[in-house]
Amino acid sequence: MKRRGLFYLQLGFTLLVCAFLVVPVFLSIMAGLTVNYFVGIESGLTLRWVMEVWNGYRDTIFLSIGLSLACLAVTLVIGVPAAYVLAKRQTALTRALEEMLVLPVAVPGLATALALIVTYGSLSGFRTSWAFILVGHVLFTLPFMVRSVLAVLSAIDLKTLEEGAASLGAGFWSRFRDIVLPNCRQGILAGSLMVVTLSMGEFNMTWLLHTPFTKTLPVGLADAYASLRLEVGSAYTLVFFLMIMPLLLALQAFAKPRPTKFVAEDAE
Amino acid sequence: MRHETRRLILLLLPAGIVFAAFFLLPMARLFFIGGSGKTGWAAYAAILTDSLYLDSLLSTMAVAAATTAATLVISGISGVFLQRHKFPGNALLVSMLTFPLAFPGVVIGFMVIMLAGRQGLIGQVTQALTGEKLVFAYTIAGLFMGYVYFSIPRTILTVMAAAEKLDPKLEEAARSLGASPWRVLLDVIIPGLKPAFISAGAICFATAVGAFGTAFTLAAKINVLPMVIYTEFTLSANIAMAAALSFVLGIVTWLVLAVARTAAGSSVAAAG
Repeated sequence: MKRRGLFYLQLGFTLLVCAFLVVPVFLSIMAGLTVNYFVGIESGLTLRWVMEVWNGYRDTIFLSIGLSLACLAVTLVIGVPAAYVLAKRQTALTRALEEMLVLPVAVPGLATALALIVTYGSLSGFRTSWAFILVGHVLFTLPFMVRSVLAVLSAIDLKTLEEGAASLGAGFWSRFRDIVLPNCRQGILAGSLMVVTLSMGEFNMTWLLHTPFTKTLPVGLADAYASLRLEVGSAYTLVFFLMIMPLLLALQAFAKPRPTKFVAEDAE
Repeated sequence: MRHETRRLILLLLPAGIVFAAFFLLPMARLFFIGGSGKTGWAAYAAILTDSLYLDSLLSTMAVAAATTAATLVISGISGVFLQRHKFPGNALLVSMLTFPLAFPGVVIGFMVIMLAGRQGLIGQVTQALTGEKLVFAYTIAGLFMGYVYFSIPRTILTVMAAAEKLDPKLEEAARSLGASPWRVLLDVIIPGLKPAFISAGAICFATAVGAFGTAFTLAAKINVLPMVIYTEFTLSANIAMAAALSFVLGIVTWLVLAVARTAAGSSVAAAG
């Protein structure tokens, strides 16, 4: 009897925690669709605020999508080969390199952004372009791509697979293309989702790196929260939710534990 | 074989160049700029000697410690519970608890405003109940609430993953030897989850120390270190001081994570 009581106590507590996380999201969605949030839902529902956001802040949405895709491209091109090397040579040196790559995640974004500004801020063409923000996002998201690919590569028997291919006459680059890449596509996919999601929401660095012409979505959000009425801020948040929700759902599907594979499935 | 080493270096090179040019070099520069202000290298000591900075350092640490403690207790209870009891709706609860995982700090600040701001739910409820409106979003309590909100999803995931690996036989053995649920918790479950608690706790602490978005949205007069750095940089144009403070902040968060990694024996990385 006592254990049932304990069960309901914990269930009640967990439901409260859920409410803490979910209720404000619902409140904000409601506020973004209500004519006057202060009066309440009786004032009627409207898409006016969403339209206002679309007209005023459309650019930030497109910039954020473009930035996150560019960030994905860069992290794929430089991160996947790096992960392969780190998986292949496990020495003190590569472990130290792996540690270092994670530094931009451990160090607050504010510090990284300031460091970039004091070093490259005087190159005005670079400073005012979106590439300046891209650099920050790449630093911040690269470890997630590297680690995600590295985790998959460490779980398969890379050595045997490569030796097999080599004994059949495959050279280094064709092994990389036909054996390594197909085998780590799970990791690449999970890493890619993480990179895009993080880049889309990055604010700590972006707030210092942006210029009036390179405002990303979270920068626009901060703007709207500070200077516009609650309904517009909420509508903007709603737009943000709609954009990242598919990414988050995909990430959750990936976060579920999968049985570890030791042998490659037939590489197509 | 030597041929292969050369190719591996070639594959590592692009990431290495980007990292060296855009992180190592700028960080080194930040370090020297921190010592180039009016007070010279004393700027690095100012964080301890100047009461303005020391106060903000202490309040930052206090909020971060409180956030870590609260998040670990909340996520520990709910995480172990959800891992142990599979009931209809369990998966729904887990996804509700983890979906704010990638909300940026600014959005979390706004969530706090929706709950505890001037037009927030808590204000409305307290006004209806007591006639007095409770508004605390724009204070350090609001910031604390935001950081806990931010930390729960990732901590619950870590706790659940660790709880899955706990051996239920140990608990059964303890119970059959007559241990109360409370003793089982203290002597079996918590020690088993210790590495997860250490690594998740370090991430909570480090993100709460370095986060900027939530404090920025709540604005007002929250005197935490990231806000002080931002003010030094933009309003006072005191770049040297901002550089010194952010370098110290970076060292602090990195140290917390490094110590935790050694203690927990697993990989620890902050996010957000």
